[in-house]
Amino acid sequence: MAAPAGDDERATTARGGAADATRRIGLALFWVYVACYLAFMVLVLLFPESLSLRPFGGVNLAIAAGMGLIGGALVLAIVYMAACRAVEGGRSRG
Amino acid sequence: MLYETSPAAVAIFAAFVLGVIGLSFYLGRKAQSAQGYYAAHGEIHWFVNGIAFAGDYLSAASFLGICGMIAFHGYDGFLYSIGFLAGWIVALFVIAEPIKALGRFTFADALDARFNSRGIKLAVAISTLVVSIFYLIPQMVGAGDLIVPLLGLPHAAGVILVGVAVTMIVVTAGMVSTTWVQFIKGSLLVFFCGILTALILDRGLVVNAGRCADAVPVPQVRTVTPDGRVLVDGAAQTNKHDLRPVGTIAALPARYAGKTSTGPLRPLEYLAALEDSTIVTWSAKKHVDEAGTHTTYSPVERRGADLLKPGGYFKGLTSGRLADRLDFASLMLALFCGTASLPHILIRYYTVKDAAAARKSTVVGIAAIGAFYVLTLYLGLGAMTSGALDPTSTNMAAPLLAKSFSTALFAVISAIAFTTVLGTVSGLIMAGSGAVAHDLVENVLRIPMTDHEKVRCGKIAAVGLGIVAMALGILFRSFNVSFLVGWAFNIAASANLPALVMLLFWPRTTKQGIIAAVTVGMLSSLAWILLSADTFEKVYGWSRDASVVPFSQPGLVTIPLGFLVLVVVSLLTPPRGARP
Repeated sequence: MAAPAGDDERATTARGGAADATRRIGLALFWVYVACYLAFMVLVLLFPESLSLRPFGGVNLAIAAGMGLIGGALVLAIVYMAACRAVEGGRSRG
Repeated sequence: MLYETSPAAVAIFAAFVLGVIGLSFYLGRKAQSAQGYYAAHGEIHWFVNGIAFAGDYLSAASFLGICGMIAFHGYDGFLYSIGFLAGWIVALFVIAEPIKALGRFTFADALDARFNSRGIKLAVAISTLVVSIFYLIPQMVGAGDLIVPLLGLPHAAGVILVGVAVTMIVVTAGMVSTTWVQFIKGSLLVFFCGILTALILDRGLVVNAGRCADAVPVPQVRTVTPDGRVLVDGAAQTNKHDLRPVGTIAALPARYAGKTSTGPLRPLEYLAALEDSTIVTWSAKKHVDEAGTHTTYSPVERRGADLLKPGGYFKGLTSGRLADRLDFASLMLALFCGTASLPHILIRYYTVKDAAAARKSTVVGIAAIGAFYVLTLYLGLGAMTSGALDPTSTNMAAPLLAKSFSTALFAVISAIAFTTVLGTVSGLIMAGSGAVAHDLVENVLRIPMTDHEKVRCGKIAAVGLGIVAMALGILFRSFNVSFLVGWAFNIAASANLPALVMLLFWPRTTKQGIIAAVTVGMLSSLAWILLSADTFEKVYGWSRDASVVPFSQPGLVTIPLGFLVLVVVSLLTPPRGARP
């Protein structure tokens, strides 16, 4: 059975609203990562010797930061996916 | 002897190539329509697409190039890994979902979605072709480089072998077969790099690993005579008289006093132990006289801590010269912005059903690609200390590392190196054929075609591009391949990213603005590269001082220039819907 026109309109509006919300979340997480990437670049460009420090005892800051940027990308990606799922789930229920 | 022909490598590679070509013919029936040929009907599962992203993206430059750079120069190669992976953040958070909603078959479809402009399609199709060709050349050259030492065939044979195989894969089933080849390649690459890393950690650090009677750390000289003969320490180079392998540990950390091996190490322990070790690397000094070009490779003892910090390859980071630092910053900006601007990556978003699938496949791609780039650090450092490196070739570090474990693993890794080229080249030819057939022939020239004719036109374009790729791979044989990959990222980021981002986020963007940004971004980055000191020295063979641009990587200037041109031209031209 076809949905009434009003339901279609509400569904379209909900999809548009969800897309806007996920875009905002994506941009916020993007700027978080850009800030981390920039901070790392500042260290590499201006204070390269600081990356030889071993604040955690084992590996140096250069390795830790590099691994952190790679691992951090995956963490943010998973956070984004979970947030989008919550938004889209909430909108479709609403 | 550094290399020997490996029948096992030939057999594994042949099995893989025949397998994927057979799969392509099987899948051919799914690519009868334009939607099937260019976008796999949008029916690819997001997980398969995510791994295919890895197969598409992890090119020979990533696998062979980064491992080699870490093995030769230490930490700086890992900076490439960081930059390449960071680019996926732009793809996930900014590009993935909108481009799925905007586009249909090609990158030009997305940029032109709101305008229906032949000018946009023409500019973007040319930019797609330029980027794809610049990316194709190093892949083909890399294929030839691999086949010479491993299979004993001429360089051109490797180029033709890969060219013919890839063209068949693309022509038989377009994006469907391309996706599955990339999925298989991506899975194999990450899996076997994981195996290799586990073996490295299990072996730990070993003093004088790989050393034997013919591997004493003394200087060795390779001479290329004016008539092209190669001499090693004054005698003709043969299988039995070759350069000795290099790269070993001279001393372990104090906590392993009296031992010649650390035994198995955990991942972070391995890095910490290497940092406290003394490593024998080598220097290469070249001089030319009437007898030929002589390169002397001399052993150099270095602290691990010095190899695991920035500055080994990017000398500018420690030289203090502003231009050198700007050059590095420019490269890292291009890597960050370039990924989400590569046409062969972007068209993969059309193969899934919706924006949510595009997002999920990007997350899977980031997981696979991120895991691979972490592994490259271990592969590179493992190669550096394996006592198996060829001092003349950075590209062979990963296969030679595998050889230090077993000939069978060497065969597998060599075959995977070939498949790495296959996966990436098939994506590039797919993107290029779409630009020619869909953008130029169908939309710019407006030649009417039935659905069947559109597919045939795409296949003819793929064959043409395959032939061009083979010709360029042979022609550019002597070029430094990493240059060309850097060029592709810079051109893609300068030409495509400003237009794409502004289209998504600035409603005032006009079609003239997009055309101008793509054209200026592409031409300015190309011109900058051709006038740079690196190109003067390593491509033309001229003095670096004759260069007319202050640093070699253009992105720092040409990416902002693309944005600026788009904004200025858009403000000077009427917005959409305005009366003329």
